[in-house]
Amino acid sequence: MKAAAFDYHRATSVDDAIQQLGAADDAKVLAGGQSLVPLLAMRLARPTVLVDLNRLADLAYVRRENGELAIGALTRHRTVETAELVRRDVPLLADALAHVGHVTIRNRGTIGGSIAHGDPAAELPAVAVALDATFRLRGPGGERSVAAGDFFFGYLMTALEPDELLTEIRWPVLPQGTGCAVEELTRRNGDFALVAVFAALTMGADGVCTQARISVAGAAAAPLRADNAEQALIGSRVSAADAGAAADRLAAATDPPNDIHAPADYRREMAAVLGRRAIQRAWAQANRTNAGE
Amino acid sequence: MSDHVNGAAEGTVANKVPVTITVNGRTHRADCEPRTTLADFLREDLGYTGVHLGCEHGVCGACTVQLDGSTARSCCMLAVQADGSEVTTVEGLAEDGQLHPLQEAFWNRHGLQCGFCTPGMLMTACELLADNPDPSAEEIREGISGNLCRCTGYQFIVESIQEAAPKMRPAT
Ligand SMILES: Cc1cc2nc3c(=O)[nH]c(=O)nc-3n(C[C@H](O)[C@H](O)[C@H](O)COP(=O)(O)OP(=O)(O)OC[C@H]3O[C@@H](n4cnc5c(N)ncnc54)[C@H](O)[C@@H]3O)c2cc1C
Ligand code: FES
Ligand code: FES
Repeated sequence: MKAAAFDYHRATSVDDAIQQLGAADDAKVLAGGQSLVPLLAMRLARPTVLVDLNRLADLAYVRRENGELAIGALTRHRTVETAELVRRDVPLLADALAHVGHVTIRNRGTIGGSIAHGDPAAELPAVAVALDATFRLRGPGGERSVAAGDFFFGYLMTALEPDELLTEIRWPVLPQGTGCAVEELTRRNGDFALVAVFAALTMGADGVCTQARISVAGAAAAPLRADNAEQALIGSRVSAADAGAAADRLAAATDPPNDIHAPADYRREMAAVLGRRAIQRAWAQANRTNAGE
Repeated sequence: MSDHVNGAAEGTVANKVPVTITVNGRTHRADCEPRTTLADFLREDLGYTGVHLGCEHGVCGACTVQLDGSTARSCCMLAVQADGSEVTTVEGLAEDGQLHPLQEAFWNRHGLQCGFCTPGMLMTACELLADNPDPSAEEIREGISGNLCRCTGYQFIVESIQEAAPKMRPAT
């Protein structure tokens, strides 16, 4: 288990990184290395050049800008998970990060790396899809923004071009009266999810749901936005029956993989169970927030 | 400053890169190939064989070290990336021939059998207790869930960490 030989370039700026990516045929970006270095060791990835972003300190930040939270692509999972701003403004992201691997993995893994890797069972792509995050990408032709909903195509396939860098992820701040919940099924603590549901529900003071954001990981070739379940909840009081019906809709929309880890039917059934739990927990938390608890 | 290191075409030996790192307070300088992991560099080039390699792809935790103050899997990073960093391996825990409180507790409580997972367990437990000085058994289990042990069944490891916790808490 040793990587094949490659060249190594320590990027000195974003532009330098982009230039290096364009200069070689199979160059690859190295961020936290928590997915890429194992792939190198197994020789599932055999780049000719690695462009290391780790010294680009200006790609690591969490700041509030125009009602959004802007997080630099190189910010470590653990930094984001423990950031006060994230806990306050986008708590679903902090909750989800606690499910990514283990602390040691999160010390090194980066937000941008998780998004760029695009694993359909990973937490961050699914949260980004639920919350309508936007990704800022930079390439030789300049900068563009892509909505999370348009970014993930399929297993490890994204809208990123080979010579583009993901530089920033922008998260809309969740409104007052929002409750969040993550429900995840794994065989062992820290594993990738067999299925996971991410929910953020906003409840009005009158007890009626005004906004619902729900997504599922591990349920299709790309993270799945459960818009049918969201529509069923908005305008309702989120009774137990409403939650169950919405979760059934969510499960019906999944197209889960059938693999050695779990059969598709089992994953679909678990999507319904986890969906109901996530919706009910998010609802209860939103009501507690509204009650000033 | 741009520093591009030329590696090599398939099958040939890449140009070596100079790497300077401080391990357990001692500064080392050695040359290595870009593809060399920090784990292999520590073991093979610098002789810190307390860094154990189980899976070489991030899942067993045996190779866990502290890198600039937080834990990292040394099989999941390249030695070149650690250039300029400070690393602590299990060899750096004991001071002046005196076992670290965690080592003492592992010894006392039979927290190891074959000892293969132990360096990684100790490094992980150090960080766990620094973050959470009074963890419950449940929190300890969660904290070490990324470190696999094939011998102990974990119970004695949990008890060892529980025993060490009060000794590592700053006096109040
Ligand atoms: C034991 C273990 C358990 C894990 N468990 C989980 C889990 O439960 N859930 C989960 O989501 N993940 C899990 N992971 C993976 C982990 O989250 C990775 O850190 C993450 O997927 C990749 O982030 P990274 O910064 O390490 O990226 P790297 O490994 O450095 O890169 C990953 C990919 O993204 C590309 N890339 C990285 N940054 C950029 C950028 N800014 N622009 C363009 N391309 C970029 C790289 O070229 C590469 O293709 C686990 C990993 C391990 C080792
Ligand atoms: S050898 Fe590094 S995690 Fe297994
Ligand atoms: S003591 Fe043998 S693997 Fe843990």
